[in-house]
Amino acid sequence: MDQFTLNLIVVGATFALYIGIAIWARAGSTAEFYAAGRGVNPIMNGMATGADWMSAASFISMAGIIALSGAGGYQQSAFLMGWTGGYVLLALLLAPYLRKFGKFTVPEFIGDRFYSGTARLVAVICLIVISVTYVIGQMRGVGVTFSRFLEVSTDMGLYIGAAIVFAYAVLGGMKGITYTQVAQYVVLIIAYTIPAIFISLQLTGSFLPQLGLIGGYAPQGGDVSMLAKLDQVVTELGFTAYTADSTNMFNMVLFTMSLMIGTAGLPHVIIRFFTVPKVADARSSAGWALVFIALLYTVAPAVGSMARLNLTTTFWPGAATGSALSAPALSLADIDGKPELSWINTWKATGLLDFADKNGDGMIQYFNEPAAVTAANKALADASKALADAAADADKAALEAAVTEATTARDAALAEAKLGDKSLAELGLVGNELTKVDNDIMVLANPEIAALPGWVVALVAAGGLAAALSTAAGLLLAISSAVSHDLIKGSINPNISEKGELLAARISMGFAIVVATYLGLNPPGFAAQVVALAFGLAAATIFPALMMGIFSKRINKQGAILGMLAGLVFTAVYIFLYLGWFFIPGTNVYANTAANHFFGISPLSIGTVGALVNFVVAYVVSSMTAEPPAEVQDLVESIRIPKGAGAAAHH
Amino acid sequence: MADKSSSNAYWAANVRVILISLAIWFFCSFGLGIILRPALKGIHVGGADLGFWMAQNGSIYVFLVLIFAYAAKMNKLDKEYGVEE
Repeated sequence: MDQFTLNLIVVGATFALYIGIAIWARAGSTAEFYAAGRGVNPIMNGMATGADWMSAASFISMAGIIALSGAGGYQQSAFLMGWTGGYVLLALLLAPYLRKFGKFTVPEFIGDRFYSGTARLVAVICLIVISVTYVIGQMRGVGVTFSRFLEVSTDMGLYIGAAIVFAYAVLGGMKGITYTQVAQYVVLIIAYTIPAIFISLQLTGSFLPQLGLIGGYAPQGGDVSMLAKLDQVVTELGFTAYTADSTNMFNMVLFTMSLMIGTAGLPHVIIRFFTVPKVADARSSAGWALVFIALLYTVAPAVGSMARLNLTTTFWPGAATGSALSAPALSLADIDGKPELSWINTWKATGLLDFADKNGDGMIQYFNEPAAVTAANKALADASKALADAAADADKAALEAAVTEATTARDAALAEAKLGDKSLAELGLVGNELTKVDNDIMVLANPEIAALPGWVVALVAAGGLAAALSTAAGLLLAISSAVSHDLIKGSINPNISEKGELLAARISMGFAIVVATYLGLNPPGFAAQVVALAFGLAAATIFPALMMGIFSKRINKQGAILGMLAGLVFTAVYIFLYLGWFFIPGTNVYANTAANHFFGISPLSIGTVGALVNFVVAYVVSSMTAEPPAEVQDLVESIRIPKGAGAAAHH
Repeated sequence: MADKSSSNAYWAANVRVILISLAIWFFCSFGLGIILRPALKGIHVGGADLGFWMAQNGSIYVFLVLIFAYAAKMNKLDKEYGVEE
């Protein structure tokens, strides 16, 4: 059976399962649509939260982001700590109290606690901006994964994905989504760990990837640790050491913190904790969520480092047991001839991997090309192109002189640049020949690099789709409940019947899917920056508002509203200064380089400062205005105590 | 609802537990994983230095222990102060 048929069978079987669950778990009431009737077992809820949380970015891209980072793999630890540490904040500071409050949405809590429709509206706006930017990336992820594994266009893949989400999210609401996410979690975690176990066994002899990460490098007898081997090989090729220290510790702290409080402030994660029966369950469910997330997140650094080592030793066979430059690089004849290397051409066809034999020696040399060499090569290419493009009657002499000059400059750059103790000129190199290695390939091509059977490849396809679909569904629910519950029932038509609201919720869900699909087809061109915006805004707006609402009785509506607005504007403006106003290319005020950042704070890390701005503004404004009314202070008292949570659910 | 003084004492006890937990949370991730890493290069966990391991794996285990310990401690406090569901 060929790979394509296998992919179709495995992906088709998982889709049939999701639809089956959706029909079984139809929502009959708004309580079921928004909060799965508050009857979800905390362990099941943990699994669903794991699938909800782990997006296409976690599943497909994260290991590669760590593995291929120019600053070394350690620098990217911020993602590992940031995207898990937020659950501690959720469990300790938010989840139990919001469950005790017992309503359906995040803006509803903010509106009640700060006794203000305006506060609720500001929260709805923040929620929609955060969730919509986030969902675009997921829809793209669905389309891209489909196109890679099922041989359809990205757009077609997006339509199929949207139709599947539509079927189970509109029908089942939170109830359908929760039980589908449980199934999706099982698919994605199996798909992630099986290749990881095999690659760990090959490189370190350790069955557990977590132990493989700190284990010995098996092909050399295990005396040298895997990480030391990786450092040796990549530094020899001119890359930054994998375990190198962070170059900007302050920024790394702020970035990690921003991801943590952003995680705790993401509405689609918070609403998951409204589905459990009791306050005590909300606390433990956050723990279970992290158990299931940790299964992937503790494996990811092992996948990243081992895939990087595998990639390097594939292109430099000498590196497997000695130094990289001790033997010739991988030859084109081997790439075309050896069956175990057929994946290189397979992935070259997708555009995720590319190579070019620049020096014509029949081999592909992979190394970190110095910037001076890149610039000199480009100058030479430009000069040659000018000569080739020149009209027949043009003055060729001047153009030929320019080419000669550029060649001399390029040769000087090659003689200057060193790899080990020899210059590139002495080694006969003109530039890095593995011209593209996409982050995603570290996970997607892993089963093929490790020569695993075809059904594992099919499983990775199903896993990638499960990760993207489950997160998209969770986000769409957060958006639709904000529209139907906070906007329609909350302000436009408070007397809407239960049945009417359920219908409104389903229509908003359908509408949200159409909008998300449209934006997925026509992304506003800022996909890579979406994470910065979503996490930064969640950190600067929703997290501080919720936390102050629970831990302070003194913060009043003026403080909360101005605090959220200050956090929102401050964070968005800082991001726009470097990435362009509303991400329109070319409208940025400063170039987005470390030298230009205020105090070295990158736009990715600004959410932490935005949160501080929010806290300070809320505190100062509240202390200058009247304290909240007595019934609001009583509300705060009551959410601090678990007793009576069941009753609070009926409202 | 329990009477006012006991619910205030319950809340104070809760906040104390939260502060201790967050101190551990901060020390293990931001402390050992980032700020103190260069100073602790001599300590090894298998083939990695302590800071690297904490940043990539160790702090996640600490987070897990913290959440379950907090949940267990609060279940006990809920009963002690008579505010359980």
